[in-house]
Amino acid sequence: MLHFLWKRRRSKLNRMDGFQKLLTLLLSVLAVFMLLPIVYIFNHAFKPYHELFVYPPTFFVREPSFQNVNELLAVTSRSTVPMIRYLFNSVFVSTLAVILVTGISALCAYPLSKHRFPGAGFVFAAILLTLMFAPEVVQIPRYLVVSELGIMNTYFAHLLPLIAMPIGVFLLKQFMDQIPDSLLEAARIDGASEFTVFLRIAVPVCMPAIATVAILAFQNAWGNVETSSLFMFDEEMKTFSFFLSTLTSNLANNVAMQGAAAAAALIMFVPNLVVFVILQGKVIATMAHSGIK
Amino acid sequence: MSNKLGSGGIAVRGQSKLGVQETDIPAAELGRERVRARSRVTALLKEIWRYRLSYLFISPFLLCFIAFIVIPVVAAVALSFTYFNAIERPRFIGWQNFQYLISQDLLFLKYALPNTFKFAIIVGPGGYIAAFLLAWLISQLPGKLQKWFSLAMYTPSLTIGIAMSIVWLPLLTGDRIGYLNSILLRLGWIEVPQLWVTDPAYLMNAMIGVTLWSSMGVGFLAMLAGILNVNKDYYEAARIDGMKSRLQEIWYITIPSMKPQMLFGAVMAIVTTFKTGAIGVELSGVNPTPAYSGHLIINHIDDFGFIRFEMGYAAAISVFLLILMYVSNKLSWGLFGSKGDE
Repeated sequence: MLHFLWKRRRSKLNRMDGFQKLLTLLLSVLAVFMLLPIVYIFNHAFKPYHELFVYPPTFFVREPSFQNVNELLAVTSRSTVPMIRYLFNSVFVSTLAVILVTGISALCAYPLSKHRFPGAGFVFAAILLTLMFAPEVVQIPRYLVVSELGIMNTYFAHLLPLIAMPIGVFLLKQFMDQIPDSLLEAARIDGASEFTVFLRIAVPVCMPAIATVAILAFQNAWGNVETSSLFMFDEEMKTFSFFLSTLTSNLANNVAMQGAAAAAALIMFVPNLVVFVILQGKVIATMAHSGIK
Repeated sequence: MSNKLGSGGIAVRGQSKLGVQETDIPAAELGRERVRARSRVTALLKEIWRYRLSYLFISPFLLCFIAFIVIPVVAAVALSFTYFNAIERPRFIGWQNFQYLISQDLLFLKYALPNTFKFAIIVGPGGYIAAFLLAWLISQLPGKLQKWFSLAMYTPSLTIGIAMSIVWLPLLTGDRIGYLNSILLRLGWIEVPQLWVTDPAYLMNAMIGVTLWSSMGVGFLAMLAGILNVNKDYYEAARIDGMKSRLQEIWYITIPSMKPQMLFGAVMAIVTTFKTGAIGVELSGVNPTPAYSGHLIINHIDDFGFIRFEMGYAAAISVFLLILMYVSNKLSWGLFGSKGDE
């Protein structure tokens, strides 16, 4: 209580407080606008049919029902592969992708940023250049590479193309550039091996960036449709996102299934949100506690 | 010099001497050159060996990178000089694809190119500046609020992909059931429902709006992290030195201290801007978009690559797009790239 009062008095003394209050108000209005479509999809997913097409349209659901979800499940039960298999593939691939992408990207970014080895500039320039290339065109040659490697229809074909995520290396390298060399040098003088320096100094300092890369890798893997549609023949090897995308593309012109589509979108969206919320806490916390001086 | 111009005898002797030297020196030079070259090669090899650990570190990524990005990209560039219909073998046709693209492809010149420029200029720099301003504003708040606001701004970018069209279509539907129409009708701003996503006059604006809505993505997060990472002592020191306004702080402290994140944000803005072409098709539900009003370069690539199966030509368009992206990136590199080690 006393602490609270003291805080209030201090904040009264702080002349930035008014600015912060105004800012909070403005940003709140903006945040509501940003989130409206998201709130809407939550509501839409649970609307029964008679609420979906009422005029004037209602924003919030009045009688929430699982009608749409049931409809989605009904479609799934008609397909040959049980939904749980798609879901398993997605979770398995996404989890492995996050671990591999963060580890391998950090391993690659560290020497690019801190070692002046011959070819470093060239490698980084190549990564940067490909960062800007539209993936649409690369699909056909990519298909040829995967089939040449003989990893068609295996989990490797799901994972390996995802590991080549130039954004991850780029982001980590940009962050590592801010670590002072003297910090690493000090550890080396103390007799730490290069791998220890990497693991004990570079990685903890770069935790925010690593969390960001993890978020990216998850989104990439979770929403990925390309590997399933191009590199997998068997339905059992395909992922949930692919299954949902075939479902929603069939629904695109079918107004009656709008609710089921909303439910499908929700299933795609929620894990993304959950992962982000979990890791975002880490981002902000690490930012607050690990100032590099 | 003057000796050579003197008596003939001396000159001849000098010349013969020179002649001997001429055959002599290059041989010696060549030998020395060879030794130097060899030592340079061995030095390089030694250097490479010294850094063997660095190569070991980067190898897992590099192998995947080469297999799934470098080789396919090089193959795409090679395809851009061919006629390739995905059935027959690619046939080399030189610069023909590019010549056709910049001189005769009316759809490209009349719609795809101007549309892309309009879209890119508003969404690219506009979205980028908005992302920076938002990140900065959020950074001015206490820690807990920071978390919630950045979550609110970032969430829309999570819908990228199939979810985006599902989110926006019911909101922008052309009949009075569409939410935007319903609200505007009730407010009396419009008389009849507007076809937000199928009328060529509105489609581009809808595309820009939806893209801006979902543009607070990775670049925004990186910039927020960068702003929060700026050493607080700098602001203290500047305040003591008499810096008054926050604008001065942004210009002289925040931006220079977070150049790496600014650059990353810029690259992300450029890439996502040029990549998000599917949105027009998703919103209007038809490909190509009504009266080509939302036709972007990326749609043009899809059109030729996956509808007409002219892979060679599609590759040529994408090479053009790559060059466009490269130029834009060079520009931002010049603005935010750290020149050498600072």
